[in-house]
Amino acid sequence: MSITVRRTALAVTALALAAGLTACSSSSDSPSAASSSASGPKLSGTVTVFAAASLKESFTELGKKFETAYPGVTVKFNFGGSSALAQSIVSGAPADVFAAASPATMKTVTDAKAATDPKVFVRNTLTIAVPKGNPKHIAALKDLAGAGYKVALCAKEVPCGAAAVTALKAAEVNLTPVTLEQDVKGALTKVELGEVDASLVYKTDVIADAAKIDGVDFPEAAKAVNDYPIAALAKAPNADGAAAFTAYIQSADARRVLTAAGFQAP
Amino acid sequence: MTPARPVHRRAPFALLLPALLGLAFLVLPLVGLLIRAPWSDLPRQLTTPEVWEALRLSLVCATAATGLSLLLGVPLAWLLARTEFPGRRFVRALVTLPLVLPPVVGGVALLLVLGRNGIFGRWLDSAFGITLPFHTSGVVLAEAFVAMPFLVISVEGALRAADPRYEEAAATLGASRLTAFRRVTLPLIAPGIAAGSVLAWARALGEFGATITFAGNFPGTTQTMPLAVYLAMESEPEAAIALSLVLLTVSIAVLAGLRGRWMSGS
Repeated sequence: MSITVRRTALAVTALALAAGLTACSSSSDSPSAASSSASGPKLSGTVTVFAAASLKESFTELGKKFETAYPGVTVKFNFGGSSALAQSIVSGAPADVFAAASPATMKTVTDAKAATDPKVFVRNTLTIAVPKGNPKHIAALKDLAGAGYKVALCAKEVPCGAAAVTALKAAEVNLTPVTLEQDVKGALTKVELGEVDASLVYKTDVIADAAKIDGVDFPEAAKAVNDYPIAALAKAPNADGAAAFTAYIQSADARRVLTAAGFQAP
Repeated sequence: MTPARPVHRRAPFALLLPALLGLAFLVLPLVGLLIRAPWSDLPRQLTTPEVWEALRLSLVCATAATGLSLLLGVPLAWLLARTEFPGRRFVRALVTLPLVLPPVVGGVALLLVLGRNGIFGRWLDSAFGITLPFHTSGVVLAEAFVAMPFLVISVEGALRAADPRYEEAAATLGASRLTAFRRVTLPLIAPGIAAGSVLAWARALGEFGATITFAGNFPGTTQTMPLAVYLAMESEPEAAIALSLVLLTVSIAVLAGLRGRWMSGS
């Protein structure tokens, strides 16, 4: 009898392993294939960019434009909470560029001498994200403190959470959220799924998800503006690529894309 | 029936080397944790109310999840071991699936079914005003989802090893099937239930992915120790190490408690 147990367990394990293997093989792009067809001066290989979750849509677009401008270069992104990204860079993650959603998280990296001379390239402000049509008629920050509202905030460790704390303090609103998310996209998703009634996210996130989310602006957001710094990393495996990408993000061309996404010029 | 005495010979180098490497691989990270621990700062790190809140929540939730697993898992194990029904093998495979499923997938699935907009969750919310995400009960459910299979497998194994003739004897003496289960089967398989409970409890204590996905993250309500460790790692690595030491201590305590049962190899 125990043989059948073992066989089932084996079969299930084999299935899981097979699923894992296929997932691995499908995601292994070979940077060498890209670099062999390089025609640019010396830029080649992969540029690995660690960027704040709120930059996801605009940087994905800018990455494609960058790849078009520099044939043979592949841009790979790792989007996440800025603090987690900063921590993994300090711990030696092989990244070329870091774009953070706050100077504080960038400071973690510069303090560890993992980058020097970060440049602020955009600014972002908070807004209240509500489900499309604003079914609960939320009009101001103080509405969120009312009984019966479920609100998601970012954890205070990540920039959107730090900004939310500042904004709530400025508005003198005492708010108990139901969850503290690891990055801004997590807070947004909870609204999208209808698990919470509202969350404090960046204006750009609401614009990027306009089909499902509405934004409610509030005046205190002006007191919690986040500067976004970018820096090429000291131990970048692809130093030339890192410098080129960092310069490109600060170009007029990139500025147009970022402004269209809702970011403000620094 | 006495086991053959092992003959003392030198272990071949080809086996000894990987064996020692394997041992080092498993032990060194934990040694590193001890070396890098902020010992002088430890009392301050561990006496903050947040730590105790997270530890208390972890212990309470893991225990509740184990209780829930016992309540549902023992009868499920009995069904699998003692009855014949079409598709029993398939059902057993389904029961073992959470063992190999990435917990975060379990969290997503739970959210889609039991979330406020989920298939059942919507009804729970409208009929009873119960919402499970962002509530401690959500943590218990997420932990039970990943931990219960350990208990079921363990108890099922014990049931198969137990001689069914004792139950048959009880039946011939006039006991109903339920009485036979209570008075004969349960005492017989008590060691298996105990072992399964400890396994399930330990698994629940370490649960991260399903919890953070389904139950969210808020201190005192849903932030268990693993979530606290993960978030602390982003901003204050020393605090993360201190919290990890607490979990390591709890794990060692569990092993020590099991010493008589498992460490002897029986």
